[in-house]
Amino acid sequence: MKITLQAAERHVLAITVTNEAGVLAKITGLFTARGYNIESLTVADITSDHAVSRITIVTNGPPPVIDQIIAQLDRLVPVHKVVDLADQGPHVEREIALVKVAGTGEKRIEALRLADVFRAKVVDTTLESFVFEITGNSDKVDRFIALMRECGLVEVGRTGVVAIARGASAL
Amino acid sequence: MTEMSGADMVVQALVDLGVDTVFGYPGGAVLPIYDALFNHPSIKHVLVRHEQAATHAAEGYARSTGKPGVVLVTSGPGATNAVTGITDALLDSIPMVVLTGQVPTTLIGTDAFQECDTVGITRHCTKHNYLVMSPENLGAIMHEAFHIATHGRPGPVVIDIPKNVQVATGNYARPNMIEHVSYRPQYDPDPTDIADAIELIANATRPIFYTGGGVINAGPQASAALREFVAMTGAPITSTLMGLGAYPSTDDKWLGMLGMHGTYESNMAMNKSDLIICVGARFDDRVTGRLDAFAPHSKKIHIDIDRSSINKIVPADIAIVGDAGRCLDALIAKWNSDGRKAKDLSEWMRRIDGWRAARCLDFPESKAADAEIMPQRAVRALYDATRGMDPIVTTEVGQHQMWAAQHFGFDEPNRWLTSGGLGTMGYGFPSAVGAQVANPDRLVICIAGEASVQMNIQEMSTVSQYRLPVKLFILNNEWMGMVRQWQELTYESRYSNSYSDSLPDFVKLADAYGWTGLRIDTLDELDAGIAKMIATPGPVIVDCRVAKLANCFPMIPSGAAHTDMILQSSEVSGTMDDEAKALV
Ligand SMILES: Cc1cc2nc3c(=O)[nH]c(=O)nc-3n(C[C@H](O)[C@H](O)[C@H](O)COP(=O)(O)OP(=O)(O)OC[C@H]3O[C@@H](n4cnc5c(N)ncnc54)[C@H](O)[C@@H]3O)c2cc1C
Ligand SMILES: Cc1ncc(C[n+]2csc(CCOP(=O)(O)OP(=O)(O)O)c2C)c(N)n1
Repeated sequence: MKITLQAAERHVLAITVTNEAGVLAKITGLFTARGYNIESLTVADITSDHAVSRITIVTNGPPPVIDQIIAQLDRLVPVHKVVDLADQGPHVEREIALVKVAGTGEKRIEALRLADVFRAKVVDTTLESFVFEITGNSDKVDRFIALMRECGLVEVGRTGVVAIARGASAL
Repeated sequence: MTEMSGADMVVQALVDLGVDTVFGYPGGAVLPIYDALFNHPSIKHVLVRHEQAATHAAEGYARSTGKPGVVLVTSGPGATNAVTGITDALLDSIPMVVLTGQVPTTLIGTDAFQECDTVGITRHCTKHNYLVMSPENLGAIMHEAFHIATHGRPGPVVIDIPKNVQVATGNYARPNMIEHVSYRPQYDPDPTDIADAIELIANATRPIFYTGGGVINAGPQASAALREFVAMTGAPITSTLMGLGAYPSTDDKWLGMLGMHGTYESNMAMNKSDLIICVGARFDDRVTGRLDAFAPHSKKIHIDIDRSSINKIVPADIAIVGDAGRCLDALIAKWNSDGRKAKDLSEWMRRIDGWRAARCLDFPESKAADAEIMPQRAVRALYDATRGMDPIVTTEVGQHQMWAAQHFGFDEPNRWLTSGGLGTMGYGFPSAVGAQVANPDRLVICIAGEASVQMNIQEMSTVSQYRLPVKLFILNNEWMGMVRQWQELTYESRYSNSYSDSLPDFVKLADAYGWTGLRIDTLDELDAGIAKMIATPGPVIVDCRVAKLANCFPMIPSGAAHTDMILQSSEVSGTMDDEAKALV
């Protein structure tokens, strides 16, 4: 017997929630319990009274599954709003990575040169290492990290994606 | 605003919320609340014998009255024992509020005595849950919890209350109306969807109503609206296990239950229909069978208060989010204002009569006086004997549950209490206890299997204590019949661990608890035994010995299409391929 799976699409969801204990566990638990995927998840409160947090989840699945994910999230009691950014027209996605590269000589110079091409900032330097900060969409960050592997990469930290729709209207 | 202890606040909120009954079991972490309940003038506390039974009793109370069931248990084992019933209520959309004690806030996270992470454990088996960290929030949380449990799609809500929060004082005020910041279910349907639905319904030539537990959830007025709209359109109607009673089983448009153990006529009509009007049902796998063969020629209108039920399994052509009652009212109003007339459906009804002629619920039996009793016969006899008494019937889980669904008729909502989604053995008896507490003067019967009933048999003591006249009617076939049936169908009758060995003598057990015990052995004793059960005041156990190897038909095997229904046991093979074996 074989288990077959349907083709998946990548979607970015923006979710606003009441900033209360357990809300993140509720959301991530929903994904594990129902077998949905999380590619990345970011969260921080976004209102001056710290009452509401915005969660950005990058997920993938066949279109009916994406619809289900949205409906399932939407019925959770602390969830205010769920938006599939793909339905909002064009949107901007960004993530930040901190990339540590160690080494001396040619590789060190090459790392610095590539960082310049990617407009990554040097945020820490020693005689045998750099920490670069790079901001961009996930693709750009991926490509930068791949190149750094050739230049003595020792450690990476990434934030995961935050995203927002283009234009004047708000979520 | 009044200052009071957290425990007093819990009790005051219960009073303000109109709660008259709490099912519970005490322990260290809830002693302050128990003290506040001591000799309470308006709240009755029913002491169960196991916390799981408290949750099922609360479900029985809720399903038979439409009001939320309330449970009070201690921390640690009290809370974990309640988890099965909480999950059962989640799957069957039963409104319930469970108050659990917790170790003091200062000890949370230290593996303190009887500490468990109740909010963590119940996070995914509740509609919502709370850990109350201060008595200042407790009153508001109590009111919000009841609001959430009873609004939109109903479900269980847990409030975990640390012991120091019960002892400390805070301010309590009764809120006027709850406007939740984020939880705002939609009750009223979108008028354009209603108009589109009416257009489809008025033009369908082979329409069928497929209704479910959501109609029961929506209250008796929704059942009344359903009857009215069915009459207007003239379309036939079937229902899920959870929706029985919303439409009278005695009506000629009623096709019986659909699905795995549903009738041939309802499953065939679903398969051949051109329009399915689904009201408050969720296309469960017991109902759809093989999905790619499910009602292939029909359009679907799906009415549900929970948007996530729509398009989850079967895509809807018209999705209507709203309360079943209000949606039906809107459909009736639109039908009238458009001046619609019912189409002539006689051709469709003739086809349905053809399927009815298969008489799928008939079963072979001997009519000899000393013949063994067929379980279906026992259910029919029980139904016949209680007609006009408007009984409340609960069931355990297994073949007897399906026979009860097939052969007992229900004409009103809130009379049929069964565990459908989780299929919890051990549900039926305590839920009968809860229903009897809520309806002290009604006839409450639990139709049980001898295996299931042993899962919460300790509640016989609760029944004795509160002098509840529950009738426990056991269809004793000495087998976990439903398991044995699947082993016959799938595993060439290798009966691995499905025999109910070492059964107690149920009549003596009745005696031990101060109940009346009766035994029915042969067909000639059946009617008299049932009559005696009904006439006997107080609780009665009937050990009704039935044919040991009878199987429940009709049946759609797992993963088969509606049209591949097995009508009788002679059509059964002894094994299945791996695809079928992997299905539940
Ligand atoms: C051994 C066994 C065999 C079974 N065999 C069968 C079978 O043959 N046939 C069968 O039908 N079932 C069978 N079941 C039960 C089955 O597992 C499901 O529990 C059942 O089919 C679900 O019923 P439902 O679709 O009515 O949904 P429910 O679980 O009752 O859900 C109700 C739906 O209505 C919605 N709703 C709630 N409130 C409202 C409201 N106010 N307005 C509008 N919508 C609302 C909810 O969001 C939900 O989608 C069996 C169970 C067991 C244990
Ligand atoms: C708590 C629990 N455990 C196991 C099961 C699986 N199960 C479903 S039906 C059944 C047998 C029930 O036997 P009985 O109560 O005698 O009823 P019968 O089928 O014989 O009518 C079992 C074990 C279940 N539904 N619930």
